[in-house]
Amino acid sequence: MRSIGVFSLLALMTASAPASAAAIDYANSEITFVSKQMNVPVQGRFRKFSANIDFDPRKPAAARAQIEVDLASIDTGSQDADAEVGKKAWFNTSVFPTAKFVSGAVTQAGTDKYEAHGKLSIKGIGQDVAAPFTVKRSGNAVTYEGSFTLKRLQFKIGEGIWSDTETVADEVLVKFRIVTVGNK
Amino acid sequence: MNPSLPRYTRVAITLHWLIALAILCTFLLGQYMTALQLSPTKLKLYSYHKWIGVTIFMLVVTRVVWRLWHRPPPPPPSMPAWQHSAATIAHFFLYVLTLSIPISGWLMSSASGFQVVYFGQIPIPDLLAKDKVMADQLKDMHEALNWLMVVVVALHIAAALKHHIVDRDDVLWRMLPFLKQRSALK
Repeated sequence: MRSIGVFSLLALMTASAPASAAAIDYANSEITFVSKQMNVPVQGRFRKFSANIDFDPRKPAAARAQIEVDLASIDTGSQDADAEVGKKAWFNTSVFPTAKFVSGAVTQAGTDKYEAHGKLSIKGIGQDVAAPFTVKRSGNAVTYEGSFTLKRLQFKIGEGIWSDTETVADEVLVKFRIVTVGNK
Repeated sequence: MNPSLPRYTRVAITLHWLIALAILCTFLLGQYMTALQLSPTKLKLYSYHKWIGVTIFMLVVTRVVWRLWHRPPPPPPSMPAWQHSAATIAHFFLYVLTLSIPISGWLMSSASGFQVVYFGQIPIPDLLAKDKVMADQLKDMHEALNWLMVVVVALHIAAALKHHIVDRDDVLWRMLPFLKQRSALK
């Protein structure tokens, strides 16, 4: 079932992606996160997202990336929490089903090291974020891997009783690995 | 070491009652917290439950080590041999349960993907990787061991009261020296 979903997503992506963007290898790509509950690091991930990456290492400034995450596809690490985070106080997925990152400038920080600056929008709130990432090539596959820390309260993720950062920390580490295949 | 001491040592008595109190608290906390809806309070209580469990484990280990060097007082001479055997078996069960219940809780937490971080400061290593089936089995085991402990503790308390009220001997006094020593009355 899941592979069919990924397939149709892939087909959709190939159809809608601009000719210059490489196809995304979703099976090897992932968006995960680490939140802290009572100072206990808890791993989670998003099962569904779509990405559009147009990156030329010779012209990082001209790079463009757009990533859209299906928030309801969250796997928080516990079933209780999976049901909870779709609610109004958290992601409010019925009103705001996706999180979106749109890159602005990409700057080079070293050999194969870059930093993507852009706008992250969740729950109708846009915030500037900067995500350092590395680029690795093997054959016709390119792996973009990086992470950044977001403050959940800036996006109103966890309102009301859940805004207590003693229990669930404000900082959430978001990690991404996106693999593209084919041209470019 | 004083082999002629008719009661438990001060250390053994303190550990016994501390552990008993901690077990009572965390057992009731366990019953309460699992019934709660997910909330910050629930997350806090789960952490407290785990911290008390780790504490109990360490106190029991201390108690067992202490016991190796400080033998418990002998049973009253009037006590039948079968009762002494029954008490020995019950005490053995209590030690095994008070060690295995925290261990099963720790493993269950690991298998559920939640590391135990003692007082939110000291991470206790995960022996098991995250595994839902394993987590469910360990949860059942943690519960079953707890209910077994309820049975053994009930027998333990009933026996202590029987000694004090019916037999009117010094068995309870050995662990509770605030009481009047029965033999002094005789």
